[in-house]
Amino acid sequence: MLLAILLLVSPARAQDAFTAALPGLAGGFGQIAEAVEKLGASADPRALPLLQALQEGRLLKREDGTLLLQTDAGTSEVPTGRPAEAGDAEAVRVNNRVRGALRGALGSLQILSTNPEERLKAAEDVFRSRSAQNIAPLEAALARETIPAIRAQLELSLAASRLASPDNAVRLQGINALAEVTDQNARALLLETKAQAPDLARQIDGAVAKIEGRLKVRQMVETFFQGLSLGSVLLLAALGLAVTFGVMGVINMAHGEMVMLGAYATYMVQEALSGTALAPFALPLAIPAAFLLAAAVGAVLERGLIRYLYGRPLETLLMTFGVGMILQQAVRLIFGAQNREVVSPAWMQGTLTLGGLSLTANRVWIIVFGLLVLGLVVAAIRYTRFGLEMRAVVQNRRIAATMGIRTGRVDALTFAFGSGIAGMAGVALSQIDNVSPNLGTGYIIDSFMVVVFGGVGSLAGTLVGALTLGVLNKVMEPYAGAVLAKVVVLVGIMLFIQRRPRGMFALKGRAAEA
Amino acid sequence: MTSHTILYLDDVSVVFDGFRALNNLSLFVDQGELRAIIGPNGAGKTTMMDVITGKTRPSAGTVKFRDTDLTLLDEAAIATMGIGRKFQKPTVFDALTVFENLELALKAPRGPLACLRWTLAGEARSRIEKTLEEIGLTARAQDRAAILSHGQRQWLEIGMLLMQDPELLLVDEPVAGMTDQETEHTAALLRRIAGTRSVVVVEHDLEFVRALDCKVTVLCEGSVLSEGTIDQVQNDPKVVEVYLGR
Amino acid sequence: MSATTATLPAQPRVTLRLVLWGAVLVLALIPLLNQLPETSALHVGDFIVSITGKWITYAILALAIDLAWGYTGILSLGHGAFFALGGYAMGMHLMRLIGPRGAYGHPTLPDFMVFLGYPELPWYWLGFDMFPYAFFMALFIPGLLALIVGYLAFRSRITGVYLSILTQALTYALMLAFFRNDMGFGGNNGFTDFKELLGMALTTPLARAVLFYASLVALVGSYWICTRISVSKLGRVLVAIRDAESRVRFLGYSTTQVKLFVFVISAVLAGLAGALYVPQVGIINPGEFSPGNSIEAVIWVAVGGRGTLVGAVVGAFSVNALKTWLTTAAPDLWLFALGGLFVAVTLFLPRGLVGLFSRKVEK
Repeated sequence: MLLAILLLVSPARAQDAFTAALPGLAGGFGQIAEAVEKLGASADPRALPLLQALQEGRLLKREDGTLLLQTDAGTSEVPTGRPAEAGDAEAVRVNNRVRGALRGALGSLQILSTNPEERLKAAEDVFRSRSAQNIAPLEAALARETIPAIRAQLELSLAASRLASPDNAVRLQGINALAEVTDQNARALLLETKAQAPDLARQIDGAVAKIEGRLKVRQMVETFFQGLSLGSVLLLAALGLAVTFGVMGVINMAHGEMVMLGAYATYMVQEALSGTALAPFALPLAIPAAFLLAAAVGAVLERGLIRYLYGRPLETLLMTFGVGMILQQAVRLIFGAQNREVVSPAWMQGTLTLGGLSLTANRVWIIVFGLLVLGLVVAAIRYTRFGLEMRAVVQNRRIAATMGIRTGRVDALTFAFGSGIAGMAGVALSQIDNVSPNLGTGYIIDSFMVVVFGGVGSLAGTLVGALTLGVLNKVMEPYAGAVLAKVVVLVGIMLFIQRRPRGMFALKGRAAEA
Repeated sequence: MTSHTILYLDDVSVVFDGFRALNNLSLFVDQGELRAIIGPNGAGKTTMMDVITGKTRPSAGTVKFRDTDLTLLDEAAIATMGIGRKFQKPTVFDALTVFENLELALKAPRGPLACLRWTLAGEARSRIEKTLEEIGLTARAQDRAAILSHGQRQWLEIGMLLMQDPELLLVDEPVAGMTDQETEHTAALLRRIAGTRSVVVVEHDLEFVRALDCKVTVLCEGSVLSEGTIDQVQNDPKVVEVYLGR
Repeated sequence: MSATTATLPAQPRVTLRLVLWGAVLVLALIPLLNQLPETSALHVGDFIVSITGKWITYAILALAIDLAWGYTGILSLGHGAFFALGGYAMGMHLMRLIGPRGAYGHPTLPDFMVFLGYPELPWYWLGFDMFPYAFFMALFIPGLLALIVGYLAFRSRITGVYLSILTQALTYALMLAFFRNDMGFGGNNGFTDFKELLGMALTTPLARAVLFYASLVALVGSYWICTRISVSKLGRVLVAIRDAESRVRFLGYSTTQVKLFVFVISAVLAGLAGALYVPQVGIINPGEFSPGNSIEAVIWVAVGGRGTLVGAVVGAFSVNALKTWLTTAAPDLWLFALGGLFVAVTLFLPRGLVGLFSRKVEK
């Protein structure tokens, strides 16, 4: 086998193939295409410039069939390389069939290029051209190739080229190779071949089924990841609410505006640091800034307004809605109504490839960030003095007060804490959404749905609720479309509340009545 | 279960997150009987009321009013069947007048359209006026309930219970916040009501229970600890231990 | 749930009744004064007629919200959706009446359907060429939606802010749905370019006056219905539910049934308001479903004084007058003013303008 390959690429044979193919270029379209394929398979170094010239209309033909090559350096005769006058020579014309053959031939020549990028592109081109002529050059290239990604593409192209072979045994080789690939194109190619090779239908069907099975799994994983990613966005947006509404029972319709303030804080940090040495760290530095800004606004809101309405949830709802409007309008006047751009740092751009899956880097970071913030909230509530006082006040305000806890201060801090978390969510959302004054309005309803669905007062419920809703949304999107999926989820939650009015992680007994 | 048993609780349990608020409780109340229920805090007195009136579903057991299974009905249906309840914390409608509070409680068709068409006929008016007199609030008939004293609110709620004309009255701590004189008056009223209807009274005030002069059931940790006359239960060593021991 | 401000259903005293009829009379004069020559001192411009007509429909919406919220304690943030549904039903009628006069000249299909390549009228558009049917649907659809949502919500005892959030989510979902082209309701652009109604060209003063008086009659009728409810025993049951729902249940009232009854009536009134609104403003689009609209309507009631029917009407007129003035005088300030109203009314004026007035009278 190795010997055969060596023979194939040996200059002596190649020279023959090259010169033998040349006259065809002066013939009709069918002949040209054939010649192109032969040239492609020749692996001759002279073939590449010639075919490129043909593709670009720089290959001329005299009446007598002599071929001329036009380059920047001048015109020359093929294959002798003698300078010549173009005179009345015409460009060799190409049609679609020739163009297809050209693509494959160029590919099979370029797969030997020293530039890896060119090789990869060439390997892809060969896959599309699907000509049995390419088998030999591909095998040759494979023997030399060391870069795994290019090898994979070469193998795919080789298998595809084998399908075009008239020999069923070779075809079968191709089919078996393609069956191991997880690729939509491979599936399409196999189905096409089925029409041409009816006697291989059984094997092809088997291969297609294998591919489809794996494609389905991959798609499920991808959908799940997208759902997880949306879920973590919901989680971030809802976590602050889980504290202010879930734990404190304060309904804050300006919650979305806290998220919005966090996003603007990110923008301000970015602008303040731009041009300084700290500029690349603007995003991580924005996290505490966003927390502090939103927390400060939250504390003022709680001490200045909300506390006067404790025990009157409907009034609180209306009042905070008004506050949200004021915050929005203030931001609109300060920063303008148009979107502000927050740049993603380099490490958040691009995609991560993970076992054939490509995941957007910023989405992965948001999932990580969401879980980190959740961990922070849980730790703050469970293990800090503030968390202990907060739980005490929630469970029994009067007894907490008699134990010397300043309940008013705890209320303010808890509300500021919840608002600050919303601010941190704003940092994450600045990466995937438009930073505009009404950034928050899009999240408020979803956040409430997450908290209600998960079970008011339960952080575990919020986590599970957010991820469930995120995944459900994404699973339904292909069938129902993004908008309808949202509608279906909303209606679904309404029906769900029918069965479990207190959410998934419901508190029971006396605690629930309080 | 004898033919004149009106309320029948058998082997009833209520479990909240592993905590057994009622533990295989069995209780029978006869027609026309006056029954007092006492027990320490957390004995399950209020939970028992909740189960009877449909606020809480039992985890296990049978709850029957005559022959009807109460566990299948909601609060409104149970109330219309003839079970009235007075809450521990008096809940009257603050925004309405005393008269209107009683009018709402008055036994009459409860549907929205019936309420829309309702006019206060002579007989209904005289029933309300009679009750106003009985609970001593005639002079305050046109005052908002919001401005009544605690004792007056207790009275108003008892009045509302009477207006419902129930066969079984569940009365939760009726004399809390009442003066001695009012307490006496209440005991007399409840004794008077019993006989034509059944009355179950939950109370901490043992003097008041003694004044009721009826069979007493002691609840503890969700089940019946002792039953008998007030003297019998007061001398029951188990009861003494629960109240005084440990 | 805490007892909100103790307000009795408005007992229409003689003075109040006089004031109300006086106000109706003044409103009724507006289209007539519009007919005076422009030189006359009493002439009222077209703008005033159209904007007052619009406010009258808002007042009906405010009454509907007040019945649910002020009396029964159901803070629905979905009344904007009932209003919009009523409006869409009327809009469908107006679209059908355009007939072949559309830009594409199709005999039955509205322009947007021709544009989107509909082969024929979707089944749910059938019958909307008949006014009585369209008018019925404008009331029926909001009522039906309220029945379904109310049944599901009230049955599982979803109350207070949970109900508010649920109705808001529903409104939001409807908005998203109506933005879609394939719903068959004109997507983003909704309906506009209406030509006529009941044989009258919509641009004529006659049509404007007829719509104005129809709205006024509807307002008086709605007011009458709400008054009937509030002074009956049902009204007292509603207030009782608002302040202590579980107690009402223990009195033997099926609060689910009562609330459902009121919620459906309220939704039908909102639908009626929407149906009268659309021909007057000449456009309906999915923006009407925006959750902000619903909550803004709630604040009209809060500003006027919830739990009093006069308050709802007063609130609708005064807030919208403020809006009209401010959005031209200082557009940047309007949202601050509206947001400020939310804060001020809930914190300092729980009984609204009417409460302020009646307190002065009591002193």
